[in-house]
Amino acid sequence: MSTYKMFFAGSGGQGVLLMGQIITYAAMLEGKEATFLPSYGPEMRGGTANCTVVVSDKPVSCPLIYEADIAVVMNLPSMDKFEPMVKPGGFLFYNESIIDRKPNRDDIKAVAVDLADRSAKLGNDKVANMVMLGEVVRGTGVVQVETVFKVFEKVFSGRKAALIPLNKQAFMGE
Amino acid sequence: MKPIFEYTKGMTEMPTHYCPGCTHGIAHRVIMEVLDEMGQLGNTIGVAPIGCSVMAHQYMNVDMCEAAHGRAPAVASGIRRVHPDKIVFTYQGDGDLASIGTGEIIHAAVRGEKFTTFFINNGIYGMTGGQMAPTTLIGQKSTTSQDGRSKELNGMPVKMSEMLATIDGAVYVERVALDSPAHIRQAKKAVRKAFEIQQKGLGFTLIEFLSTCPTNWGMTPVKALDWVRNNVMAYYPLGVMKEPTEVEKA
Amino acid sequence: MTTDKVLMKGNEAFAEAAIRGGARLYFGYPITPQSEVPEYMSRELPKHGGCFVQAESELGAINMAYGAGAAGGTVFISSSSPGIALMQEGMSFLCSAEVPLLAMNVSRGGPGIGGIQPGQADYFQVTRGGGNGDYRIPVFAPSSIQEAVDLLYEGTELAQYWRNPIMVLADGMIGQMMEPVLLPDFKPVPTPHEIAGLRDWACTGYDDRGGDQNRRVVKSLRMQPEKLEEHVEKLFRKYAQAEKELVRYETENLKGAEVVFVAFGTTARICREACEILAEEGIKAGLIRPISLWPFPNKAFDEIDFGTTKAVISAELSMGQMMTDVQIALNGRLPVYLAHRTGGMVPTSPEVAARAKAVLEGLK
Repeated sequence: MSTYKMFFAGSGGQGVLLMGQIITYAAMLEGKEATFLPSYGPEMRGGTANCTVVVSDKPVSCPLIYEADIAVVMNLPSMDKFEPMVKPGGFLFYNESIIDRKPNRDDIKAVAVDLADRSAKLGNDKVANMVMLGEVVRGTGVVQVETVFKVFEKVFSGRKAALIPLNKQAFMGE
Repeated sequence: MKPIFEYTKGMTEMPTHYCPGCTHGIAHRVIMEVLDEMGQLGNTIGVAPIGCSVMAHQYMNVDMCEAAHGRAPAVASGIRRVHPDKIVFTYQGDGDLASIGTGEIIHAAVRGEKFTTFFINNGIYGMTGGQMAPTTLIGQKSTTSQDGRSKELNGMPVKMSEMLATIDGAVYVERVALDSPAHIRQAKKAVRKAFEIQQKGLGFTLIEFLSTCPTNWGMTPVKALDWVRNNVMAYYPLGVMKEPTEVEKA
Repeated sequence: MTTDKVLMKGNEAFAEAAIRGGARLYFGYPITPQSEVPEYMSRELPKHGGCFVQAESELGAINMAYGAGAAGGTVFISSSSPGIALMQEGMSFLCSAEVPLLAMNVSRGGPGIGGIQPGQADYFQVTRGGGNGDYRIPVFAPSSIQEAVDLLYEGTELAQYWRNPIMVLADGMIGQMMEPVLLPDFKPVPTPHEIAGLRDWACTGYDDRGGDQNRRVVKSLRMQPEKLEEHVEKLFRKYAQAEKELVRYETENLKGAEVVFVAFGTTARICREACEILAEEGIKAGLIRPISLWPFPNKAFDEIDFGTTKAVISAELSMGQMMTDVQIALNGRLPVYLAHRTGGMVPTSPEVAARAKAVLEGLK
């Protein structure tokens, strides 16, 4: 592995930035170089949200990316915007519950995830982003599953620690 | 032989640049004499403004910091954060405080900043040559209101002390004058009270001095004092706008 | 020094670095994209015995900083481009009165209120100054969060040493991104009564100076032109020394390069990737990365391989503001071109690489 460049995109409230932050955090714990760059705008809630993450064995020259090894899209506008930016042979993870089209490209590895169904089975639609994150990590190996669990311990501290088992379950696709 | 009058240690011995009959000198002396009497000269930091009193830092015998036009209350807020147990004051004219520095003085009062502001209201821009101030009276002539200040064009003169007294953080606001020995003695009492309230940490304190500008008013010093008594005090009455209750002071 | 890296957002790391560097006074006003700095300071400074004040305006903030600095406090402020513009009156005062200050500009697109996306169009504002009179402010432009942290940590001391504002210029991208960062240890902080002895010019009241009744006056007013000239000449002897001591830059791959980029901050990272793209196509490209924008690192340009380099490209998020300094540094030795976006737009590395190829093609 040398460098993974990633887009995470969706609408505000879908937990897109948290996915990116967890990957970045895990990469740091694995001793890798990493950058996390959110889009920022005047909208405080709702609207669109996306972030770019670069994970590398060497110092990250540029946190800003124009093509991705992995794109994770949670809604249709994000799919329209980021599908063309996936490198040939790269990954496109998409939320098929609300994206009512198939990917246009056949030179990429597209992974459809039914987040509505999967999170409904877990009884909590707030963990949809962790279901997706699990697919991304387990499907690409960008970071190790165990490291993500270590990040959970840090991110969900105090009263939030009770959420760890559910998030792990969502992440592992159980 | 017992001396009957001396320089106050609160003032340097440098001659001031103020015009004959100007009351800045009296205001300086009143403030600095009180600090000397309180034994606080070595424990005080003053902030000088832009305007006629721009060189106050040469006359007032304490550590002094000069502020940009209108910004003295912000500067004093910064000083107070570094030295919470010192006495801090600003000395500002009406252009400085009532015009360009309205934002700074209002928010210093809102924050209840524990320093004292001495506001010299002489109704004119002295240093720049007699232009209209926010406190110039209706009908009063200046180089930028040559037919006299007009209400239609300029509005009424602003009453800063009355305005500031409405702010919770301002705990003591009094308007005094320097036109007579009795009023000067009253001014000195007010200055002392303001410093004592500051030392108790009760909040923001302000003393407004009705002052003169014989040169730019085009009057003799004596006539200028009459003008303060007959015209200025009619619009800007002397007195306490606000003071802490006895309970708060205890 | 802790050995564990932490993942921090740029703006929060800047604030933490200033606290660790000894800053205990912060005065600010909210403005995107740096509002996390005052938020962080309001939460963290009181834990360290410091003071946070949300000022009524940037004018209020810079003048509080001036007062606190004049009183011998270690002060940090931050803002973004239009807010920095409002502070210029104060910057001029601080320089003349020789009051130390550590200032951060997380810059955005302009002119006017402009936008909130990253920009570097404050280059003139920070290197030439928007305030009146003869003065200079050393400006450092980090290209990573770690570098910003290190510069801010050092900056508290630099400001005291030079008795002048020191500015760190980051663009909104560095402020908003997250990177792993190693945080330095906390520097010791003097008590209010220790200040008089340590900072022999600060207004403290003479009781703190053990009977020395010589007053201290912090001011910029000098009514006699002879005195003002003498004062400005003294300031400029200091600035001349700063020009020798504060030059900082990095160069990469200058030997044998056909084309050399000059870029700071985020743009330098984009150019570094553009160099990699060009190398894959067999074109050798180098990079000069000014870290100090004033003093501008003129001597870095002497390291250019004049036998091979055909062109120099000033890459900026502005309309050629830095290019002027690049031309002065090169003094006609090589042609200078511009690669830029502005208004908050950021070029991609392939766009910058393509610009370099077009420049080289045009020279054939």
